[in-house]
Amino acid sequence: MNDNFPILILLFLVAAVVVLAFLALTVFFGPKRPNPDKGLPFECGTVGVGDARAPFPIKYYLAGIIFAVFDVELAFLYPWAVAFRDLRLVGFVSMMIFLAILAVGLYYAVRRGVFEWK
Amino acid sequence: MLATLLTIAYLVGVIAFVFSFALFAVWFERKVSAWMQDRLGPMETGGFQGWLQTIADAVKLLLKEDIIPAIADRPFFRLAPYMVFIGTLGAFVVIPFGAQFVGADLNVGLYYVIAISSLVVIGILMAGWASNNKWSLYGAMRSAAQIVSYEVPIGLSLLVPAIIAGTLSMQSLAVAQQGGFWNWNFLRVPPFGLMAFIVYFWASVAEVNRIPFDIPEGESELVAGYATEYSGMRYAMFFLSEYANMFVVSAIAVTLFLGGWNAPLSFLDFVPGPIWFLLKCMALVFIQMWLRWTLPRLRVDQLMGVCWKVFLPVSFVNLLVVSFWMLWVR
Repeated sequence: MNDNFPILILLFLVAAVVVLAFLALTVFFGPKRPNPDKGLPFECGTVGVGDARAPFPIKYYLAGIIFAVFDVELAFLYPWAVAFRDLRLVGFVSMMIFLAILAVGLYYAVRRGVFEWK
Repeated sequence: MLATLLTIAYLVGVIAFVFSFALFAVWFERKVSAWMQDRLGPMETGGFQGWLQTIADAVKLLLKEDIIPAIADRPFFRLAPYMVFIGTLGAFVVIPFGAQFVGADLNVGLYYVIAISSLVVIGILMAGWASNNKWSLYGAMRSAAQIVSYEVPIGLSLLVPAIIAGTLSMQSLAVAQQGGFWNWNFLRVPPFGLMAFIVYFWASVAEVNRIPFDIPEGESELVAGYATEYSGMRYAMFFLSEYANMFVVSAIAVTLFLGGWNAPLSFLDFVPGPIWFLLKCMALVFIQMWLRWTLPRLRVDQLMGVCWKVFLPVSFVNLLVVSFWMLWVR
């Protein structure tokens, strides 16, 4: 892991430099004719009403919360998958209990209509 | 010192590959769609089959004015393309193109891929919110809800090969499938390996926001979704990442389920590994394009329903049966 770490950092830097280079090129080559109308947000050609800092459906928030629960579960499952053969029965049973609890939670969320988008 | 130079050369090669693949894939998609609709597609630019068309488009985008809306959140608006591009490119470093062709064979490779591709969601949310435009906001919210939802079945089905091989290193996962196509993970523990592959592939089409899962940027309802306010090269970065992401999800599917760079039969071993790998990836990329030009768009309730009520329980059952099988039957 340790000798691979610099490669990852290098990759992030290289990727950032590539994007930066392209954006610099477009600033250099592209025309610069600012105009107050160009700075307006696109709203199908009409003059915009208010801005986009407006409320949106809570469903997205619920989906995000449930995702967080299951993503943490995934974070537990990956090390388990590698150590699985050494853990044998104990590992299998304890993870299945964990999954069963989550499955009950999922069933509850489905029955409460969290995923019914209207 | 030599190792460092080799690494840098490899990274440069990977980036060159990403750009040429994205340009090729855009051209290829136009050709595929034209072929499916009985049209010709690009024919003029560059002579043979209009192969220069996407390069000409890229140059055109380079010559466009860089517009940032006056009421946009400027720092985040500028940062978003970087996040999306780094998230896409980051995955390439652990993908094994062949027995010797892997940037960094991390022992947590699979975990790293899942983690790094989450950066794309953050970039998309950032772009949508910072644009301060209603289309962008709705596109970003839909996109984030969709990507994070499908992340869960993806993670669960990728666990199946990890359990079978007992490792998370991408290279070891590919090596574990050597010796003929019956050792490939999608044929292991039948039919659960195949089910995991299908769940992964469908969910990954959703992950890259393509039809039939393209409500985040459905042009007939949301203009261009989170990318509405982006123009010129900034937009090109999102576009490029989207096509590069198609390759990333296909490469993960190939490495984990379809034998990676291994030949399907051992007498075909004389063909180098990278060629097999690219052939398999291109086949999956073609299937993604085929889906796009065949299926209509799903509604948002169907989308979330399929993910949480079908894919997730199926992945749970898969995981249960495969781990049971690995403990007692095998």
